[in-house]
Formats: sequence, C-alpha cells, structure tokens
Amino acid sequence: MLDGSPGKSVLEQLRRSFAICKKDIRIYYAKGPVLIFGVLMPLFLFAAFLIGRDVDPRFLVSSLMSMTIFFSATAVVPAIMPWESQARTLERLVSSPVSVTALILGDILASFLFGAFLSLVPILIGLAMRIVVISPILLFGGVMLASFCYSSLAAILSTRPTDIPSNVMMISTFVKFPLLFISGVFIPIENLPRWGKIAASLSPLTYFTDLSRHSIEGRSYFPLLLDFLSLTAFTIFFFAAAVKLHEKNMPKRL
Amino acid sequence: MKNVIEAVELTKQYGSIKAVNHVSFTVECGEIFGFLGPNGAGKTTTIRMLTGVVKPDFGTAYIKGYDIRREALKAKQLMGVLPEVANAYIDLTVWGNLMFLGELYGVPGTVRRERAETLLRKLDLYDRRSQVVRGLSKGLKQRLLLCMALINNPEILFLDEPTSGLDVQSARLIKEMLLELAHEDVAIFLTTHNMEEANQLCDRVAIINHGEIAAVNRPERLRATVGEVKWIELAFDRPVKAESLARLSSVVEVKRLGDKLRLRTKDPNELIFQIVEYAKANKLKFLTLNTLAPSLEEAFLEITK
Repeated sequence: MLDGSPGKSVLEQLRRSFAICKKDIRIYYAKGPVLIFGVLMPLFLFAAFLIGRDVDPRFLVSSLMSMTIFFSATAVVPAIMPWESQARTLERLVSSPVSVTALILGDILASFLFGAFLSLVPILIGLAMRIVVISPILLFGGVMLASFCYSSLAAILSTRPTDIPSNVMMISTFVKFPLLFISGVFIPIENLPRWGKIAASLSPLTYFTDLSRHSIEGRSYFPLLLDFLSLTAFTIFFFAAAVKLHEKNMPKRL
Repeated sequence: MKNVIEAVELTKQYGSIKAVNHVSFTVECGEIFGFLGPNGAGKTTTIRMLTGVVKPDFGTAYIKGYDIRREALKAKQLMGVLPEVANAYIDLTVWGNLMFLGELYGVPGTVRRERAETLLRKLDLYDRRSQVVRGLSKGLKQRLLLCMALINNPEILFLDEPTSGLDVQSARLIKEMLLELAHEDVAIFLTTHNMEEANQLCDRVAIINHGEIAAVNRPERLRATVGEVKWIELAFDRPVKAESLARLSSVVEVKRLGDKLRLRTKDPNELIFQIVEYAKANKLKFLTLNTLAPSLEEAFLEITK
C-alpha cells in the first residue's frame, strides 16, 4: 500500500512497474510470432550482411549485435499504448494507483528484457563462428545499457495520442532506419567522412556499436568511458522525455 | 469522516465547450449516489475527474480528505473503479486479470488470492477462472470488471454505467452486490441511464444537464417535484380501442403499453368515475386499474427539459 514515506512509495511504484512488465511480457512478447520475428530478424540481417561481401566476421557479429538489440528493443513498445487504448484497457490502468513514470517504466522494462534476451542470438552466431568475446563483462554491461536506452527511445515513439498502432509504427520506422544508417553499423566510423562522423555522434546506436566492437574486435573509435557516458546520457534524456510526453498526452488517449 | 467524496466546483472545458461547470456535491460513507444525465451532459468527465484520470481545469475533489489534484495516488488507492469503456485483458485469464489488478493496488499475494476467490464465487465466475477473457460474454466480462474494481477492498467505488446492455442475470447479480457493499459502508458513486435502476439502488441522485447540476435529492423527493398522480393504467378483459377512451372528458392523452392502456389526466378522481361508467356501459371487466405516481424518469425529463 502507499504510505507517506517517499522511499516506500518509490519501492511500491517500482513493484507496480514490475507487474506491468510481467503483464506486457505475457500479452505482447511471449507470443510465437513476436519471438520468431526476434530470432529470424537477426539471422536474415546477418545473411544479408554476409552474402557477397568480404567482411571481417568479428565486425559482422558486433554490427549484428547492435542491430539485433536496436530492432528488438524498439519493436513492440511503440505499439503498446495504442493497443491498450484500442483495447480499452488503458483507462483501467490509468485509474489505478500507478504513476505515469511507473507505467512507462513497466513498458520499458519488458522491452529491455526482450532486447537483452535476443542479444543471445548474435552471441550464439558468433560462438558458432568461433569468435571469442574479448571483454564479456564489458559487453554484458553494454547490452544492458543499450537495451534500456533503445527501449526508452521506443517509449518516446509511442507518445503520439492515437489508438491506431500502424500510425505509430510508421513514425517508428521513419526514425529507426536513418539512425541505423548513420551509426557505423554498416561502415566503421573511422571510414566515414567528416559529416558522417558528426551525424554518427548524434546517434545512441553509434556508442553501443563502438562498445560492442571493442568487446569483440578489441578496438573502438571512441574511448570506452565516452561510450558508456553517452549511452547513459541518452537513456536519461529518452526516459525523462518519454515520461513528460506521456503525462501530457495521456488524457488525449482516453 | 462522514463525507468520503467531496466535489468542490469541479470544472472541465474542452475547447469552447464547458463539459462540466462548477459541479459540487458530497457522498457519504455507505451511500449509493446516482449520477444521472442525458448523453453528453458531463457524467463521464465528472467521474474521470473524481478518479484522477483527467485533471480539472478548476475546482477539485477530496477522496476521504485526499485532494485528487495533489494526492492522486493516495486517493486512487482507496477507490475501486469500473470505467464505462473499460475492458479486461482479453489474452489473460479471468484469474490473471484479477492478480494483475491486485498487484497494481499493492495487495499482498495471499490476500489477493483469497479476495479473488471470494469475489469470483460471489459473482458466479469461479468456475471460469482459468478461461481466457476473450471468450467471455459481455455480462461475464462486466462481472469480472466489477471483481477487478473490488480486488483492493475499496472504501469508495466508482461505476460508470455498470449494467448498461447486460443480461438480466448479470445486471441482477451486480445490483445485489452493490447493495451488499453499501451495507458494508462502501460509498458507491454510480452513473446510469437506467432510471429504474437508480430508483431501486440510490439513496440520493444528482441530475446533471449541460455540465451543471440541475438537482440533488432522494429519488422519492425528485419524483414529488413533478407533481401528483397524472397517469391511470388499466386493462380490460377484452381489447378496447384507445380512441374510444380518448373521448372521455378528463383524458388528456392515451398511450398503449402492451395489453394495458395509460391515460393521462389532470383530475384522476373524476377520470376513475368516468372509466367505471365506460366499463359498465360497454360490459367490460377490469383486469387492472392503477394510479401511477410520477416516475423518476418523468422527474428527470422535467428537470432536464
């Protein structure tokens, strides 16, 4: 129950976020088609990336890692609010004693777990290709941070007050693909022109790609600390913006 | 504390339209308070402001002393809510939905499970606890939504059109449950279109029209505001043409309702004499002859005119 102490209230809200996370996983993520998409998407990306190109397999796996987490962590969250609005479950949720922050955090947590779980696919592909991860702890930390960061970005993409999921997915695609192309996933950052390097530095995807390359290839373009700090800063900004925008738009959804 | 809901000058404007305009009322502990009004009168907006879903532009509401604008989470913790357009999660089971709602209200696991079992048994849903909601009928879904609204053992219950479009059995079960809850001192705020339901259930009703409270009173008092007996209902042992009764001098209007006729009059006493004469002259036997007091519906129509 909610009592006057701020610490306990925060803990209570956190518990409610976990309840929302569990609900999201059961309703939106633990579905055959979603899981199959999550596994097949990296495999197809890998094949498309590999066939006809003479690329270092380590570069290939680190890029695949970035793409997998990015796509899986941003795949479902943008559509959750429109779905809930359309299914008329949102008002029930909003009238319960759960803050908008806790509600959004619950959605982000589910997406974070989905993204982190699917990062196992490129890791398994890498192991099958006998690629050794040089810094597994670093990679693990990066995966966790990146998955949370991209999930928070996806929560921003769902702020438009519509109950038609396809409207949101269109915006989502419009944002996701340009980010992918400017982030050193297909071409290493060091090989990009000056304007490309500037554009890459504005993308959250760049820093995990760089971090992933360091963990697998043993070299990176940016210092590791900058990669972590940038990802953390993007995460805080995306999360705060998502909460503010959802708070503003929530009444328009009902 | 006697007043558990206190609405003070609640106001909400959408564009140029004032959906709710300085609405104030109180609801006491254990009271069933009906909120009636035509479509678009401001019922749902009021309930949304009271439940903290929508912020008022002006005014506020106190839920057991908690200001809904500043202490919404604490106020919400005390409420059970059944919104008009609510649905349960259709991919979860009946039980899964209840457990989820219980978690949102911070109800501990053991208590949650015990309460869920009691509620499902009371509303005759226990045998369906493992069924996915997708397959439930509207009546069963509404019963589940009421169970969900009660999982936190609320002190105040908000219900927006709870029996609208339901089968007789579900509507009756819900009404019985509401009376039982009021008996246990739960305050119930209920919006409805169904005048008969408001008449049966509510201790007091408020009538809202064009966003403003037009009247707040006990149903009987509201009925009295529209005057004395105006209708006489009768049925004879064989069919009679309405036009022939319309010719009686005290009759203002005749309505046919199934096998009965309703005659509106300004002088019920005189009309009864005339009807008896008419029956004698036509060798008719009475099956029914009743005077009808004004209904809540008439009071409602009169007030919202």
